[in-house]
Amino acid sequence: MEIRKRLLKGDKRAAARLITMIENNEAEAVEILKDLYGHTGKAYVIGITGPPGAGKSTLTDKLVKHLRKQNKKIAIIAVDPTSPFTGGAILGDRVRMGDLNTDPGVFIRSMGARGRLGGLSEATRAAVKVLDVYGVDYIFIETVGVGQSEIDIVKTCDTTLMVMVPGLGDDIQTIKAGIMEIGDVFAVNKADRDGARRTITEINMMLDFNKGNWRPPVIPAVAINNDGIDDILEGIKNHMEHMKETGEFKERRIANCKFEIIDLVRQRLMNTLLDNSKREKRIDELSGRVASREMDPYTAQESIFNDIK
Amino acid sequence: MERTIRVLVAKPGLDGHDRGAKVIARALRDAGMEVIYTGLRQTPQQIVNAAIQEDVDCVAMSILSGAHNTLLPKVVELLRDDDASDILVVGGGVIPGEDIPFLKEKGISEIFTPGTPTDKTIEYIKNNIKRK
Repeated sequence: MEIRKRLLKGDKRAAARLITMIENNEAEAVEILKDLYGHTGKAYVIGITGPPGAGKSTLTDKLVKHLRKQNKKIAIIAVDPTSPFTGGAILGDRVRMGDLNTDPGVFIRSMGARGRLGGLSEATRAAVKVLDVYGVDYIFIETVGVGQSEIDIVKTCDTTLMVMVPGLGDDIQTIKAGIMEIGDVFAVNKADRDGARRTITEINMMLDFNKGNWRPPVIPAVAINNDGIDDILEGIKNHMEHMKETGEFKERRIANCKFEIIDLVRQRLMNTLLDNSKREKRIDELSGRVASREMDPYTAQESIFNDIK
Repeated sequence: MERTIRVLVAKPGLDGHDRGAKVIARALRDAGMEVIYTGLRQTPQQIVNAAIQEDVDCVAMSILSGAHNTLLPKVVELLRDDDASDILVVGGGVIPGEDIPFLKEKGISEIFTPGTPTDKTIEYIKNNIKRK
């Protein structure tokens, strides 16, 4: 049977295969997504982000288990970094989600970031659509462990859960721009460790200065012991309800679509630029001249840009 | 551009030693593959579910417990039940030579015993995955 029909019937292999096709930039995949776009937009998308080792996978595992008790169908997209040198990757998020593996109501897909720097991969947004058509109530996207500025997730999901841990730095870190601004719900995981209360206070102080009518909650948790999981789900639910009551939900989805369109244009431009061995050679040649100060990088840019036009 | 090969590296059954699995995972990573690592003590059903959701080209299992004659064929069988026989299955670990013909007959394409250079495993996977 055709992959479209199988996916609409909730076929796991069809979903898995279509995601692979997207990751490999197969043209047919885009045509399929065009046809199926009308079936998307139903699942609620939750982004989970935070620094490496904060407990994002463990927390995702526990949150999903709680939601499974309410009989919700769930998909998880877990992104891990790709080697900039070989293109290879070790995708290890499933290690923390072993028990979910046998639950037919959960679909887990690991993705390599494949060169993208925003915490997600280029195919992530399309994978969300595939899993939406496949038919789930919630889609969790777990980002690469992030540093300070990987904020693609907020433009891809409906609620962003920021997972922090004690001891990562002083309160100056919390008032910096970047990832600290994008959390809709904050979890301070490993809250049984020294300094947890201080971290919570510092995040709260930062949030007290926020404008806007949603005040993100800051929730202590010890994911591995299942502590705080109910509170985090409650926080996510409150944010969801707030968004729907105030109309922010619609606005956010429009903003996300805008970001997606611009991003697709950007990707296409980059592909046009680089999928051409002649041009690549020219860039190599220009790089040598720029390095030897024979030419400046701005002139090099103009010359390549004019060539595309 | 070449397609990225995806491999599930799994530890079936009840042995707790995953150094070998991690070494092979790292070697496959350095060969440009995406390795999905599932951790210790996986049942055949867990391995097959993961292989299907991840749409891998190959399932590579490391086993040191002695239960290879039961667990490895079970994975092949469950893949077949799920209509996923196009996934290459290979095994490695402490597996006596006399068991290898049986395992191959049961659909495990190749067995890599201790001392096999990782390059050999990489080459084998590259040359034998069934999907283009």
